Formats: sequence, C-alpha cells, structure tokens
Amino acid sequence: MLPLCQRGKHRDNDRCYPPLQRGKHRDNDRCYPPLTKGERGGFAGKKFPLYNMIKLHSLAAGYKNKPVLSDISFSVKAGDCLGIIGPNGSGKTTLFRTITRTLKPWSGSVLYNNADLYQTPRHTIATTMAAMPQFIEYPFGITVYDFVALGRYPHLKRFAPLDAHDIAIIDRCLESTDSTSVRSRNLQELSGGERQRVLLAQALAQEPTLLILDEPTAHLDIGHQAAMMDLVQTLNAQTGLTVIMILHDLNLAAEYCRSLVLLHQGSIFAQGAPAKVLTYQNIEQVYNTVVVVNSNPVTQQPNVILVPQRYLTAKTASEREIR
Amino acid sequence: MKKYNVFFTLLAILGFSIFLALSLGTMTFSWSEILHLILHRTEGSIPGTILWQLRIPRIVLAVVTGAGLAASGCVFQALLRNPLADSYTLGISGGAALGATIGIVSGLANIHALFLPLCAFCGTIVCIYAVYQLAANNRFSNHSLILSGVILGFICASMVLLLIALTNAEKLYSTLVWLTGDLSSTDPATIIIPFIMTTLGLGVLVLFSRELDVLTLGEEKAAHLGIDPEMMRKILFIIASLITAACVSVAGVVGFVGLMVPHLMRRFSGNGHRSLLIASAIGGAAFLTLCDTFARTVIAPIELPVGVITGLVGGITFFVLLLRKSSS
Repeated sequence: MLPLCQRGKHRDNDRCYPPLQRGKHRDNDRCYPPLTKGERGGFAGKKFPLYNMIKLHSLAAGYKNKPVLSDISFSVKAGDCLGIIGPNGSGKTTLFRTITRTLKPWSGSVLYNNADLYQTPRHTIATTMAAMPQFIEYPFGITVYDFVALGRYPHLKRFAPLDAHDIAIIDRCLESTDSTSVRSRNLQELSGGERQRVLLAQALAQEPTLLILDEPTAHLDIGHQAAMMDLVQTLNAQTGLTVIMILHDLNLAAEYCRSLVLLHQGSIFAQGAPAKVLTYQNIEQVYNTVVVVNSNPVTQQPNVILVPQRYLTAKTASEREIR
Repeated sequence: MKKYNVFFTLLAILGFSIFLALSLGTMTFSWSEILHLILHRTEGSIPGTILWQLRIPRIVLAVVTGAGLAASGCVFQALLRNPLADSYTLGISGGAALGATIGIVSGLANIHALFLPLCAFCGTIVCIYAVYQLAANNRFSNHSLILSGVILGFICASMVLLLIALTNAEKLYSTLVWLTGDLSSTDPATIIIPFIMTTLGLGVLVLFSRELDVLTLGEEKAAHLGIDPEMMRKILFIIASLITAACVSVAGVVGFVGLMVPHLMRRFSGNGHRSLLIASAIGGAAFLTLCDTFARTVIAPIELPVGVITGLVGGITFFVLLLRKSSS
C-alpha cells in the first residue's frame, strides 16, 4: 500500500493517496502529479504507482429483467489509460454507467479509490470523477460558455458565483478542445463534432482525476479525432489524469490506450496490452468479420484492417474489383 | 452590470403597474393622493376605503399570483425541458377548477369565504398527488409527467363541464367567474396564505437554482455532476406545484402567465435560473397587475375576467414574437 502523503514530503512522492484535507497541501487540495514536467520530478517515464483507482470485481449488471454484464473484473491503476472495446450491444455503455455511478450493479462491487463507489455520496465522486456520455439533453438557448461553466458545479459553493479560478479553468478547457471560437454561440447551432468537443470541455472543467469517455470520437472527422485523442493523451501524460475510454474504433484504441478490455456478449473476452488483445483471431471471433492485423509503420502498434467480402469469395482477379 | 439593469427596469415596470393599479378605477387618484392615503390611513373616508379595502388587497393578490405562476412556470419548463410546460400541462389548474366547481355546486363555498379556495386547494392537491404517483412509478420521467398531467387535466375538465351542465344558473355564473380568474377576493386570510407560500417557495427555488440549471442537462449528466436527479426533480416539482396551488386556489384559473413570462424573460436575463426565476417573478407580477387594471377599467363599470385578458394579451404577444422570429 502506498504510504500516506506527509506534509513537506510531497516533493518526493509521485503520487499521494488519499489526499490531505483542504488547505493542508502546498498547492492542491487533492494531489496529483504536477502540471509542468520537472517541477517535482516529473511523471513521464516513471512506472505507475501501484494503487487501483477503479477496481471492478465480479460485476453483474443489467436493466429491469435484462442482464447485460456478467462477471466483469478488471482494475485501472492511477495514471493509466484503459480502452474498452467490443461490438455493438456487448455492454460497453452499460459498463460505462456502472462505473460512473448511474446504474447500480446487481452483484459484484465497484471500488473507487478503495471505497465502494455506491456507498460514497454522488457529490464527493463528482469532484474527482468526470464522465462524457454519448448522448445528453442539450438545454435550449444555452451558450457554449454557460454549458461548460456547468461543469464547475461540483466545486461551487451554494451562492458563490464563478471566481477567477473557475473562469480560468473554463477558458483553459475551451482552449484545449479548440472551442474558443464558438464560446458565445448557442449550443443548438453547433455541428455534431463541435458539440462533442464542447462536451469534453465540460467534463474537463470538473478538474477530474479520473475521466471516463463513452465514444468521444463518434461524430468527429479524422483531424478532430486525432486532436481529441492527442489532448486526452497529453492530459494523461502530463497531469496523470486517469482515463477510461470506450471506443468503437479499434485503431484509435490501439494507438492511444495502454491496455484494452475486449467485451463480448457482456463478459470480458480478452484484456491486456493492445498487441495481446488485438489479434485477428480475437477480432474475428468477437466481431464475426475477417480482418488482417498489421502494425502501424510509425508507432508499431497493431493496426486492424478490414477485408471486404468480395475478396473472400472472389475466384478471379476481375471479380475482386469493384463493379 | 447588464443583469442589474434588467432587474432595475423590471422593478421600475412593476412599480409603475402598481401605481397605475392604485390610481385607476371608479375613482381616479393622483400620486399625491395615493401617498397621502397611504401615509395617513383614515378610517371611514371613501377614498381610503376604496384604496385600502379594494385596491390594495387586489394588487397584493395580483403581484403574488403573477410572481408565483411565472416562477413555477419557469420551473416546470426547466423540469420538462419543454417550452410549452406550465401548470395547465401538468393538470394542476384542472384539479383546482374541479375542486372549486365542486365547492360551488355543492354549496360548500357559501359557508365561509375561505371555503372556496380551500375546496380548490384540495382539488389541486389531489391532482398533484395523482400526477406525482403516476410519474413516480416510471422514475419520474418527463414522459410520464406530461402524460399523467394531460390525462388528469382532461378528466378534471370533463367533470367540470359535467357539473356545469347539471347545475342552476346562479351557480353556473359563480363557477364561470372563478374559472376565468377573479382577483377581487377581500378576505385577508386568502391573500396572506398565497403570499407566504409564494415567498417561501420562491426562496427555496432560488436556493436550488443551480441544481435546476444542472438538471436541464438530463438525468445522466446531472448524476455525473453530483446531484440525485430523481429526488431533486421531485422536490422541485412539489414546491412549484404548491406555489401554483396556493395562487390558483385563490385567484382562479389565470392562463398564460406561467407560459409566456419565462420565455420573455429569457431574452433579457439569460438562461441561468437564479436570475431567470427572479426576473420571471417580477415580470409576472407586473404583467398580471397591468392585465388586472386593464380588465377592470377598460369598459368600466363592467369588469372583464382577468384570465381572459392574460390569455388574449399573452397569446397575441406570443404570436407577434413568433412571427418576428420566423421572418428574421
């Protein structure tokens, strides 16, 4: 177990858990590794500290009478970047809901910082865990700035207005998601991709230590997909933000996640490093489609390539061409 | 600073409408006369009686009812995420109408001046309870709220029509007067109760205004941000319903205030519910006071029903706004 963070000894720990009380720290009311590399020894390059931020144990969950997940067990260490992949209907969004404390599991437990997630009050969780769901209700008439400002809610006192710190955070979140140009526009007027980036800005405005994303790149073009994934990866590397991402794009998952969990019909089919999980045997069995798995020439990560049906059944070269 | 300008303007408009209401009528008072009558309250003089016994209670009731209906309409629109939501859609006014009609037709209302509002209030409470229970069975979702509200509204309206069809002419007239809005109640108890409930209710709603903002993001996102959406919706629903119940029980069915005022105020005070609630309350109070003054002075000595005026003025204003919007 990690030793408790001691006053004055913060410099020497790359991670402290649990955080000291507010005001007792040098600069953060919760500790997580520094924003600027080298200020306190930096984070990149060090091994991850061995504590589990999220640990699922034998989780079973579902809706009303329909079971969706069965016997899910995995853990996410602090500072890790986990990807959850799987075909449609394999239970990814259900898993998202159990981790974000919106769907109580039927059996099994979810431990967040070694405490039962469902026994901890919501508002406490919200100060450290942020989630970006796939679909939300977009309130009519709200501007982008006010929408992102709602993300500061867990940190605001009842009648306190937004102070300079809050405003600075909102501005920074808008800037990092490339949404500063649309900050005064109405949310309804934005395109799907712009809305998605604004949604991420809102989640980041919560100043989380754990960020959970449900298909964050769904409506984005390839440029913005890369930008969003790069942003998440930068936050993960520089500030130690723990990230759990649900992705449908296997190649993005391979490039940006340190470990993967492959779901199949509500249970874990494979988990581990991308090279171990993304094999053509696994993918063919789970997704029921023929693929070729190469490696990305730049990053050496696995690259999944789909094979059109006509190549499998064609007997001559001319049959393989597109009519 | 822009926000403060809006509030001052609204307060000025409210002050002006109160002044108009005080001065216009069968006897017109100038502002100096009003000031004199308020400062030196002389019993027995006719102007004093008119001011204190007739106009001031009426104005207080109009201000309180306008504020209460507008604020609760604001809350319902936020909860249901529907710009058409107000106490009608949720069947609350229907319950009040049914309760009042039963009171009048059965003769209970003749026993004491307080009995008619009491019957209306009971009808409202029964209706709110029914809508609440029906919706709570389905996790208090918007869908079930609107559905149960509309159903109960229809049932109440049908029963009101049935009772009207079967009763005699005198009771029919009394019912009609109530159903179209009647702010001329003079019993102080019937004004104090809505005043207290509206003030307290508005205070609590402003307290929860941030939660209201967060709830507009939907239940899932609201839960991510740390509130219990179902509990918060239930609390806000009950408070807004009670405010409406108190106001509608005394004043009758006054339409369009809860629907139109929040929409108008959104343009000026923005979407944050803390300022929107207060702006709606002040705007609603001013609107109803003006409509009531108009209703009782335009073809004096005949008093038009205030609910009709609010409906017409509100409807026409809305119509013009929508025309402008679609053309721009």
